[in-house]
Amino acid sequence: MDTILDTILDKHRNARRDALIPILQEVQEAKGFLSRESVAAIGEILNLPTSKIYGVATFYNQFRFSPLGAQHVQICRGTACHVKGSAAVLDALERELDIEAGQTTRDGQFSLEVVACIGACGLAPVISVNGEFHAGVLPEDVNNIINSYRVDEEVQADAK
Amino acid sequence: MFTIQINNRNIQAKAGETILQVLKREGIKVPTLCHLEDLFPTGACRMCVVEVEGMDGLIPSCAFPVSKDMKILTHSPKALQARKTIIELLLANHPDDCLFCVRNGNCDLQSLSEEFGIRQRRYSGVKDNYNIDSSSPSIIRDPAKCILCGKCVRICEEIQGVSAIDFINRGSEATIGPAFNEGLNVSSCIYCGQCINVCPTGALREKSDIKRVLDALNDPDKLVVVQHAPAISVSIGEEFNIKPGKDVMGIMTSALRRIGFDRVFDTSFAADLTIMEEGSELVSRIKNGGKLPMMTSCSPGWIKFVEEFYPEMMDNLSTCKSPQQMMGAVVKSYYAERENLDPKKIFSVSLMPCTAKKFEAERPEMSNNNIPDINAVLTTRELARIIKMRGLDLNDMEPEGPDTPFGERSSAGKLFGVSGGVMEAALRSAHFLITGKEMDDPQITAIRGLDGIKEAHVKIGDLEIGVAAASGLANARNLMEQIKNGRDDIHFIEIMTCPGGCINGGGQPIGKDLDAIKSRMKGLYQIDRDASNRLSHHNEYVNRLYEEFFEAPNSHKAHELLHTHYHKRDVMK
Amino acid sequence: MPNKNTNNSMSFLPEDASLEAVLYDKLEIGQQQELSENYSQIRREKVDKPAIFIGTGTCGLGAGAKKTLKKIHTYLDVHNIDADVMEVGCIGLCVEEPIVDVQLPGRPRISFSRIKEDKIDNLLDNVFKNKIDTDQAICQFPPKGLKEWEGVVSIDKHPFFAPQTRWVLANCGIINPASFEEYIAHGGYQALAKTVRRYTPAELCDMVEKSGLRGRGGGGFLTGKKWKFALNTESDQKYFICNADEGDPGAFMDRAVIEGDPHRLLEGLAIAAYGIGATKAYIYIRAEYPLAIERLKEAIIQARGMGLLGDNILDSGFDLDIIIKKGAGAFVCGEETALIHSIEGKRGMPRPRPPFPAVSGLFGKPTIINNVETIANLPALLVNGEEWFSSVGTETSKGTKVFALSGKITNTGLVEVAMGTTLRDIVFKIGGGIPDGNAYKAVQIGGPSGGCIPEQHLDIQIDYESLIKVGAMMGSGGLVVMDERTCMVDVAKFFMDFIQRESCGKCIPCREGTRRMLEILERITKSRKSEEGIDALERFQGIMYLNRLGNVIKDTSLCGLGKTAPNPVLATLHYFRDEYEAHIYERRCPAGVCRDLLTYEIDADKCIGCTLCSKKCPVDAILGNPKTPHFIIADKCIGCGACADVCKFNAVNVN
Repeated sequence: MDTILDTILDKHRNARRDALIPILQEVQEAKGFLSRESVAAIGEILNLPTSKIYGVATFYNQFRFSPLGAQHVQICRGTACHVKGSAAVLDALERELDIEAGQTTRDGQFSLEVVACIGACGLAPVISVNGEFHAGVLPEDVNNIINSYRVDEEVQADAK
Repeated sequence: MFTIQINNRNIQAKAGETILQVLKREGIKVPTLCHLEDLFPTGACRMCVVEVEGMDGLIPSCAFPVSKDMKILTHSPKALQARKTIIELLLANHPDDCLFCVRNGNCDLQSLSEEFGIRQRRYSGVKDNYNIDSSSPSIIRDPAKCILCGKCVRICEEIQGVSAIDFINRGSEATIGPAFNEGLNVSSCIYCGQCINVCPTGALREKSDIKRVLDALNDPDKLVVVQHAPAISVSIGEEFNIKPGKDVMGIMTSALRRIGFDRVFDTSFAADLTIMEEGSELVSRIKNGGKLPMMTSCSPGWIKFVEEFYPEMMDNLSTCKSPQQMMGAVVKSYYAERENLDPKKIFSVSLMPCTAKKFEAERPEMSNNNIPDINAVLTTRELARIIKMRGLDLNDMEPEGPDTPFGERSSAGKLFGVSGGVMEAALRSAHFLITGKEMDDPQITAIRGLDGIKEAHVKIGDLEIGVAAASGLANARNLMEQIKNGRDDIHFIEIMTCPGGCINGGGQPIGKDLDAIKSRMKGLYQIDRDASNRLSHHNEYVNRLYEEFFEAPNSHKAHELLHTHYHKRDVMK
Repeated sequence: MPNKNTNNSMSFLPEDASLEAVLYDKLEIGQQQELSENYSQIRREKVDKPAIFIGTGTCGLGAGAKKTLKKIHTYLDVHNIDADVMEVGCIGLCVEEPIVDVQLPGRPRISFSRIKEDKIDNLLDNVFKNKIDTDQAICQFPPKGLKEWEGVVSIDKHPFFAPQTRWVLANCGIINPASFEEYIAHGGYQALAKTVRRYTPAELCDMVEKSGLRGRGGGGFLTGKKWKFALNTESDQKYFICNADEGDPGAFMDRAVIEGDPHRLLEGLAIAAYGIGATKAYIYIRAEYPLAIERLKEAIIQARGMGLLGDNILDSGFDLDIIIKKGAGAFVCGEETALIHSIEGKRGMPRPRPPFPAVSGLFGKPTIINNVETIANLPALLVNGEEWFSSVGTETSKGTKVFALSGKITNTGLVEVAMGTTLRDIVFKIGGGIPDGNAYKAVQIGGPSGGCIPEQHLDIQIDYESLIKVGAMMGSGGLVVMDERTCMVDVAKFFMDFIQRESCGKCIPCREGTRRMLEILERITKSRKSEEGIDALERFQGIMYLNRLGNVIKDTSLCGLGKTAPNPVLATLHYFRDEYEAHIYERRCPAGVCRDLLTYEIDADKCIGCTLCSKKCPVDAILGNPKTPHFIIADKCIGCGACADVCKFNAVNVN
């Protein structure tokens, strides 16, 4: 039994279809992503086919179907950020983490996501790591920013 | 009524009509790719756009209501350019394999491209890498050919109440598929094939068994037996420009022989047999307090639907196999015995207006001593392909009669092809089984026609039986919910998966409108009206089969060969 | 946060007076005096002890305001100083964040720029000694009899603020957004009280229509006229939806308004709902705005506690529930029918109209959707009347408009100007012009649906019609400035990339057409060396049909997103054809942005052979031994620019 999921779904026993997106948001918030089991369980509660739920979930940017990295890096690709050079920052991030946007590093430490606009256009280009903003980022800053979040590999090795 | 102007001509229209409806009535053709008769317009394809005076841009005629004094230009240069551009956009990254496509010559995209005189690739697009989904026994999906008109999604949801597929993703990455992009085999798809019939391109098609059938025909060790479903003889002609509803049974039989089938049998014979079994089962359930309402089991999509969505009602299903499977079973038992044939050497082919029958034939329950009742199922469309491949034309052939003993049928068995027909045939025989007398008038009008749910209360002797016939599984779902909520005046329910029944099955000729469906239905009613025997229990060979082999309906042996069981299915619902 | 407790919020009420009596002007003379004293105190016209304000909107937080705030508290603790610390919203001058204001007893409030945590000690040390660093000060509030700070400009003379007409933003960055009483003390909820007491819904619709207020989110339909469609449709239930799904990349007006002054939105929404007879209202807000959502939730609880939401508001018989719905990230949900589908729990795909939402909208009921700025205009409009409102603006566009200034502009931030202000004034006066001495090239206005406005049209007066005339549109108000280092083909490509991903995918012209347009633009910005076969031919062919394709998409798409999707391309093609031609025929990017068309070379005189570039090169295109100059193999180079980024000696030349 999945108690986290059950607790959320219990709150929505008599919900209608308009509760679907809030439920998906809550489940993702609690579990990190939407698993097949979660989607099936939500379908059961709302009496909705899984294909419909998957259709809704894949329509919106917010939902994902695999877990995020321990450090979630978001890069804003809004117009202001673009004009201020966020494409180069994205390249630098992809190089630094050796993954493409939308992926998670193999060790599960970092995931990288492109977001449409964080709404902090005055500070462009902006990236956020686990919700912490970094303003006016230049490609050459990326290395330092990422390293400051990296769990020190040597420290880890020593601990072993 | 008010006047509107179309292409500078005054035309009467009434409030509430869409522009497209008026155009259709006036015989003005504008192309559509996403329009579905009787369903709410989605306005997705934009092919039907017209110019309306005083309005910016172009207006989708399918979704826009007419209003007084409206001035419409349907084929202005602007509208034509827009339509042409839309086709060009779709062609930009369409797989260029028309010559190898199952819809070659019968594709909306192809014919529009021809109509608009597209002779060059004006826009070239990056092709998408999609995998073909051939996981199901019945339906193949090829997303690269999909133009996202959404008709399959809507028919699956709104008509069939299944929703096995939906749109996935957004924008240029949008596709259509089951949840989590899985194969159809793990989805709730019931393999009815209605999606294929509405697909404008080759993105959806049946899984073809043509090769296996041809191989068997070429194998001298095999006795190839073929049966044809009731609804085929009134629809196969359309593939040869014969008008819908015309019964071409004799010509078809002759064609089948020339193709090389060793025996040509009629599934309607097995339908008569089904009536004997199912009618007796119903009478027994009523008399002995069995599970009611009893529900028919001829339609394999419906069976899968119950196993997925209403497993608690599986006991309501008749245990009878479908006519296809009964025919398969008696051919490889009674007939093999009688003709002294090795059942393993019989290759049994069935011609069905249906894609789900392919799935049904593959069910493990549908075999006897590990020999499958049916070896291959061809849809009406596949049959037409084989006939053409053999250089035959139904227009210039003389009719021939079927083989005995399973070519004999009553017209009641033929009615299995239309919604309400199983019920009508069953009631005719049940009346006899219960009262020992025939009905005064064998035609039961209340359960005829194309309505989604038809109901009647029929008096048989002292008994009053409530019956209902539904087609289109969204209607079936509606009826099931009523039963679950305690409705108890209905004793016998006939469900056909496809709207209108097998005449509109997912294996039937593509691109036919409601008029064609109606004509096929009328064709079957005509056959019934003209028939000398309209009663299953008067089928001489059925009776002989009982005398010589099964002893009686619902006997032990009958149960072994002619009945089946069901099991709950865990799929992504 | 202060004033969270709703019971305390009533403390400003005079003895024996109810909120209703206050808002309905039914106080006795003594009570009136008491109230005005209380208000004056809440408005901090005078303070008894120091007050420190810090902007903790998203921009402030992004610039480090949280750390600054912590440091302020530490400072006060260490020095044992009794002072009020208030978190306020964004005053609009994002570039100067974190902004800290200080108000000492007897002196006017003064704002300081870029106060990171490390500057707090010094700043507060000085301020408490009545000393300031005038370079750090932005401006001071009007003194009103208090002792002015010397050498600091007053806010009403400050070049960023003086040309603005701040109606919607009146409270932003000034008041504590979490405080109900501050909103009330600044005149809040008087408009709602006036509305429900004095006007019928029909009268309200008339007033709003007469005021000339037009929708601030897109097409600019007359707000009052739109309401009437819903008002005149009979129904047991009607809905009002506030669209706060600010999906336009480059716009953050709604976020700032909600974060800085949430009660203004609630009051406006209550007025609007009353106008059409809706008893349920939704605020559809981006999930990416957690702070704004938090502020709204608090404000709704406060307003409900005060009887300004819920049943029988101010004893008028008017009921209203406000529900927050978090969007899940889809630009197309700015389109009304898509937004409705999203609230209903469906894919946010638009549907054909008619029926219009005003007749059959959310759950099939009459529904009106307005955006945040439109609704936030209502309180001031109602208090001051429709003539006051229409006295500002141009012939067809009345009132003010909020713009989010960003891109290559000195003063990035949020501004509110009277309609009719010239674009030149916004960019060069308020915005402070282009930084680094670069030349202005264009301003992109209206987001992905808008267009670029070049130099020659800088003097147009901003209103709905004039913007359309030059190929742009008002849109939501994102105003992204571009200079000579911005490539317009790249900008067009950026928007097409955005649109083809954000298109809902339903109608063919938008889904396929925008993607084709993107592919055409990609072809002309792709380097020759990665071209093969007929790529070059397609490059020329594509551009020939770009215009035709754009026009078909405009004419035939289902919704507003598609109908305006080609605008960024058509506008840049119109004004910056030479740049396109340079890309297509000369294979070069004049602005030096399209990296595929750039070549990288190492200046042997500058390179010391540190090997950093060759280590960073993702395709091993850089050769060279340590301590000798390196060399880039042009055929291998993919033009990623990594070498130039890492080179500490400026030895990588980009052409």
